[in-house]
Amino acid sequence: MSMVEFKHVTKKFGDATVLNDISLTIEAGEVVVVVGPSGSGKSTFLRCINVLETIQDGDLLVNGISVHGSDEQIREIRREAGMVFQQFNLFPQMTALENVMFGPVHTRGNSRAEARTLAESLLDKVGLAERMNHYPSELSGGQQQRVAIARALAIKPKLMLFDEPTSALDPELRHEVLQVMRTLAQEGMTMVVVTHEMEFAKGVGSRLIFIDGGKIAHDGPPAALLSDPPSQRLKDFLQHVG
Amino acid sequence: MSEPALAAGCFLYLSELALEFDWSVIGDAIPNLLDGTKMTVMITFWGLVGGFALGALTGVVRAYGPKWLSFIAQIYVAVIRGTPIVVQVMFLYFAVPLILEGVRIDALWAAIITLIVNSGAYIAEIVRGSLLSVHKGLREAGQAMGLPFHKILIHIIGPVAFRRMIPPLGNQCIISLKDSSLFIVIGVAELTRQGQEIMASNFRAVEIWSAVAIIYLLLTGALALGLRLIEKRMRML
Repeated sequence: MSMVEFKHVTKKFGDATVLNDISLTIEAGEVVVVVGPSGSGKSTFLRCINVLETIQDGDLLVNGISVHGSDEQIREIRREAGMVFQQFNLFPQMTALENVMFGPVHTRGNSRAEARTLAESLLDKVGLAERMNHYPSELSGGQQQRVAIARALAIKPKLMLFDEPTSALDPELRHEVLQVMRTLAQEGMTMVVVTHEMEFAKGVGSRLIFIDGGKIAHDGPPAALLSDPPSQRLKDFLQHVG
Repeated sequence: MSEPALAAGCFLYLSELALEFDWSVIGDAIPNLLDGTKMTVMITFWGLVGGFALGALTGVVRAYGPKWLSFIAQIYVAVIRGTPIVVQVMFLYFAVPLILEGVRIDALWAAIITLIVNSGAYIAEIVRGSLLSVHKGLREAGQAMGLPFHKILIHIIGPVAFRRMIPPLGNQCIISLKDSSLFIVIGVAELTRQGQEIMASNFRAVEIWSAVAIIYLLLTGALALGLRLIEKRMRML
């Protein structure tokens, strides 16, 4: 069974078609990097997977469960797909530790003691053991994003979705987030990453998808696509993201 | 006139006022005024407790409820905000018993119910506004974890919104406390009514209304202080 399966998926916002008849499968262990010009539908592509956006046509299966299922099935999909947002979206009233404990306690039904042990080890893993009791407002952007990754991992997802995780960060803070993502990829986590980080795509990605105008324009190994872009469109795009 | 002479003149004038101001009037009135104060506090307390409950419910419905229910809530808010509280309480106390025969509403109950319904409408707007002001990314973060909406509301959006509600809610508490003085029109023995009755028997307007004003000031001051403390203790987000 594939981890994610798009079957002729079409997504519209009103009259505008954002994703147009997309079909593809993502297998366990793949690190799929999704790139494309802004407004091309790459974020929407990602958000359809955990049903933050609903699709109008076709079917989309995540870990075998359809996004057209019941509310409970949709929650099941979401528990299997951790998400990291561009704007971090940490809960501001909770410390880093409480943010990471929140999912295990409220969606997995873990005891607070279990959740705390798990959260502490995850925060240690993302290099924030010292900052556990800080509130998000007391952390840098890079630190907040690493807490957000730990928070997503805490619900033990089979799949991680990253929506431009470094776009809101200063250049010197990006590497600390990318480093955590690289480690995750090396551990075999299935990842779908929307990003402009071409170095990451080349170095960590096992597959590159170029979305343009709501269609998948290219889909293949990152090194080959990046070193020898098969279309003028991709060539232009790569020049712009530098 | 030289400055010392002016000062002396002022002093004489003030001491004359002080002489005229008969403290014993206030002393005699205090038991009745305290009864009125107790009544005012009770009406305000229960009116606001009910108003918070009604307002929270209505606010959540307005922010996230189904369209038809939200529409009903909107009408409720529009009617209450669009009519004076004096008219509301007189309607409840004098008109409702005529419309619904056999229903007789005690004046105290009419006062409390009016305050619940009235403050509830304003609180609903405060709650709705605060809920909608919470960044939608927080809701999405909760959804992305697989939480049902009620848990997102209780654990994530609610606590953030609540902190933003505190200043306008405090304002509403003070307004409702002062609005309770308008229940004089249905004869509830609250503070203003007590003042009016004492005044009618001894005609000492300066003393009585000064005392009444100071009691209101103490009550609203205590509310404002309490709110300040709550705000200080909570991290604003």
